[in-house]
Order: sequence, then C-alpha cells, then structure tokens
Amino acid sequence: MIQVKDIDVFYADLQVIWDVSFTVSPGEIVALIGANGAGKSTILRTISGLVPLTKGGIIFDGKPIHTMNGYDLIELGLVHVPEARRLFPEMTVEENLDIGALKGVAKKNRKANKEKIFELFPRLSERRRQLSGTLSGGEQQMLAIGRGLMSMPKMMMLDEPSLGLAPILVKEVFRVIKQVRSEGMTVLIVEQNVKQTLSIADRAYVLENGKLIMEGKAAELADNEHVKAAYLGV
Amino acid sequence: MVQLEVFLQTLVSGLLLGGLYALIGLGMTLIMGVMKIINLAHGELMMVAMYIAYWLFTLLGIDPYLAVFIASPALFILGVLIQKYLITPVIKVESILPENQVILTVGIGMVLASLATVFFKSDYRSTPVDYASVTWYLTDYWANSPIELSISLLWAVSFFFSIMITIAMWFFLSRTDIGKSIRATSQDSDAAILMGINVNRMRSLSFGLGAAIVAAAGCLFIPLYYLYPALGGQFTLIAFVITILGGLGSNVGAIIGGLVLGVFESMTSTYIGMGWAPVGRFSIFIAALIFLPGGIASLLHRRRFGK
Ligand SMILES: Nc1ncnc2c1ncn2[C@@H]1O[C@H](COP(=O)(O)OP(=O)(O)OP(=O)(O)O)[C@@H](O)[C@H]1O
Ligand SMILES: [Mg+2]
Repeated sequence: MIQVKDIDVFYADLQVIWDVSFTVSPGEIVALIGANGAGKSTILRTISGLVPLTKGGIIFDGKPIHTMNGYDLIELGLVHVPEARRLFPEMTVEENLDIGALKGVAKKNRKANKEKIFELFPRLSERRRQLSGTLSGGEQQMLAIGRGLMSMPKMMMLDEPSLGLAPILVKEVFRVIKQVRSEGMTVLIVEQNVKQTLSIADRAYVLENGKLIMEGKAAELADNEHVKAAYLGV
Repeated sequence: MVQLEVFLQTLVSGLLLGGLYALIGLGMTLIMGVMKIINLAHGELMMVAMYIAYWLFTLLGIDPYLAVFIASPALFILGVLIQKYLITPVIKVESILPENQVILTVGIGMVLASLATVFFKSDYRSTPVDYASVTWYLTDYWANSPIELSISLLWAVSFFFSIMITIAMWFFLSRTDIGKSIRATSQDSDAAILMGINVNRMRSLSFGLGAAIVAAAGCLFIPLYYLYPALGGQFTLIAFVITILGGLGSNVGAIIGGLVLGVFESMTSTYIGMGWAPVGRFSIFIAALIFLPGGIASLLHRRRFGK
C-alpha cells in the first residue's frame, strides 16, 4: 500500500531522519514506535507533504506521492490524523466532519457517513452543534479520527491517538482502530502506548534518533529484550 | 423630549454609519484571519474602488450602487494579484524585520494613494445622484408621532446593501464548502492541508474577497462622501480600529465592532462636537486594547456554543 524508500528529512540545517525505509501492505496495522523526539511525527508529516524530504521517495498505491501537493493525497485515499488532534476549534463537530469530506465520493456520501461516525462515536452525536474547541480531550480525539474517516480512506495514519486519554478511552480508541481494520482499512500508527499498540498491530518498526533500528512481527517485538527494556518498562 | 429626539436621531445615524463600517471591518477580518496579517492597504483599496465608481458615474452615468458589480470584481482581481505576486513572495523571505508583510501592505497603500494623486489630482470629487436629497421623515408616516426622526434615502440604501452583503458573506462562510475551507485555513492551515484544502488558493481567494467586500463598501460610501486620494488612509485606520475592537479575525466581532464604532462616533459628534469623531474613535480603540484585549470576540466566547 505504501513504500517509504531511503528518506532523509531536515528541519532547516538539522537532519532528523536518516535513510528510513519501510512498507505497509494493504489491510495491515503497522506500528511505528520510538522515544520522544525520535522523529515519528516527522515521518508522518513527510508522507503527508507537510515537510519536504531531501532524499528518497514515497510510493502510495503505486504513485510517487513525494512529488505531489499535500492537499491532493486525501483524494488518493491516504489520510493523516495528526498529533494533538488539530481540529478546527471554532467550528462545530459537524462542520469538522464536513471538512473531512470535501472531495469526490466522500463528498457525495457525506451525510450517510456522518451518521456512521455518530454511530461509531455516540458521544459525538449528542454534541453535533458544539464547537470542537470546547470538547473534552477524549471527544476531540474521537472527532479527529471521525474527521479522518469521513474522507473514506484506504489508509489511515494515526499519530498518538491515545495521548492524554484515560484508560477507558484508550480502550475505546483501540476498539475503533480494530473495527475499521476489520472493514479493510490499512493503518500506520504511531504510539507511546507500546504495549497496547503491539497487541493490535501486525508488524512494527522501532525508530531511534531518526534511524530505524529494528522491525518485525508485533508479537515478536513485544518479546524482544531491547524493546521490553526501552519501551515496555519490564 | 427634544433630548430624546436628538439621542434617537444620533443613534439611528450611528447605526447607519456602523452598518457600512461593519462591511469594511468584515473585509479586513477575512484577510486577517486567513493571512495572519493586518492589511494596512485596506482603505486604499476602498479608495481605488471609489474612483472606479466615480468614473463610471461621471463618464458613463452608471449609478454608484450598480458600480458594485464592476468595482468588486475588479478589486477581487487586484486583491488576488497583490496576494499572489507581492505578499506571498515576501512571506517566504527571511528578513530582519518581523511582520514584513504588514509593512509591505503599508507600502502598497502608499503606492495606490500616490498613483491616485498623480492621475486624478487631489481634487474633491462626488457623485451627485439625482435622488440625493430624498429624505424620509417619521412624521410623514405617523402624523401624531411625539418625536421627529429623519433618514436620508442614500444612507438607508447604503445601509440596506451593506447588511445584505454582510448576510450573504455570513451565509457563504458558514454554509458553503469553500467558505468552510476558508475558515478551516484560518484556524489551522496544516490541518487544512491534511483535509485536502489547497490553502494557497484559499489565501488568494480570501485576499480577493476581502478586497471585493471593501470595494462594495466604497461604492456604498461614495454617494455619501467626498472622494480624494488621501481618503484611503483614514479608512485603513477605521478598519484597523474595527478589527481590534471586534477581536482579531472574528467575523461576528467585526460586524458588531463596526456597529459599535459607528454609534460611538455619531454620539461623539453630537454630544462633544463635529470634529471630535476621530478622537472618539481612538479613545474607544485604546479602551478596547486596555479593557477588552480579546475584543468583542472574547465576550462572544464566554458563551462558547453554536456559531
Ligand atoms: N518544526 C520543527 N522545526 C525544527 N525542529 C523540529 C520541528 N519539529 C520537530 N523538530 C525536531 O525533530 C525531531 C523529531 O521530532 P518529532 O516530532 O518527529 O518526534 P516524535 O518522535 O514525534 O516525538 P514525540 O513522541 O514527542 O511526539 C525532534 O528533535 C524535534 O525537536
Ligand atoms: Mg510526535
């Protein structure tokens, strides 16, 4: 579904990603794990065209997307649910969902899809006309995922969807990820919540200081001594 | 009774003026919200539109109110060009001066004012339409009215169109996909890109729309005011005050801010003296900065629900 090949990324003169390559196959859940500042969000932002790469390439669904405009990716079926939600705070819940479906088929099915999102997240349904900036953290995260789903993507990139949520809401978020995957979605997930993430992921990559140092089946990584020590605290 | 009459008349005049101010503020706010810059050429853009309306009237006899349909599209194009070829390149340049795009807009304003002086001289101009002297009196409609109020037809028409354009803009921004995309761009441009919005196009569009709106305001003003090249500067200041008063970037805030400023200026003229309106304008500006730093928008926010 997506191939990231040998990418280097700089912020001004500072290199933060070195020669990173990985793939996500259709229908997979792949996790990208690593410490704070390792460069996980930067990789997602590079795929989305928000940050330029200086070397390498990114192929999505057979098309080189690193040469495209970031705003065209959603129509190809690739959506990014960014770190810290990044909702449109002065817009209502419904308007935020509308913005997720501005183009093509997603636009045609906007109304029906909105109802599906409200079924998936009943808490949002009661708050349709509330400004998203006034939602609780958990509700905001659900809306961010819902807004992403509104584009009817083939693949979702989720950046720390469980950040700052109470355990019960973390469970809720992971439940939704499993559900969309069972409907055929491909998922690339970045998480600090390594244990739970490895339990739903098929495969995972470990990123340290901008370099990939390990990859493997999620279950195997969960048993790896280095991963256990560094990320699982055991 | 006389006192009440004077007060009500002042209030009515203030609201009529405020309706036009609201339109000026709305155009500025739209640009401010999306571009994150204060457009200090705003009044000069209005002045350009007024010259268009003036020449259409003088040479072709076209009514200034109809000139909206020519001046607004013309200024839309001018706004898009300014955004694309002047402001965007400057945003990319790293410079020692912060806010250099804002300084650029000051320069654009000066160039427009100077060009107008070169081409049209500093003469005062007006568009004497033949219905200019029509005035409605309350007693004509209600003979036993205890008080007398009057409204000039020109002011009423200008106010009416101003409100209509404001409502149309509100509808556009809140109900259409493009309007929502503009608002999304102003609230979080990176997230807007992720949602498939071409934010550069939204920026051009907003600058163009902001210019078109203030052009419309110019066409509504010209039957009421004298036109001269330096007039733009005064209206840039007014737009600036309204934007601060409204709370930077808030559309509803700008509309209410315009109305408040209109009433306040009108009250100052009546109760302190004709020449004191600008003093009133700046005292409310300073008062807003000190006592209501978030502007009217911050009052609206206390009730953070709905639109
Ligand atoms: N806009 C920026 N300008 C300069 N440096 C940046 C910028 N954004 C991130 N960085 C730097 O790039 C490195 C990688 O940051 P990134 O946000 O990708 O890390 P992360 O793995 O997502 O961390 P976290 O788990 O804390 O979210 C960090 O050292 C960070 O300071
Ligand atoms: Mg991150």
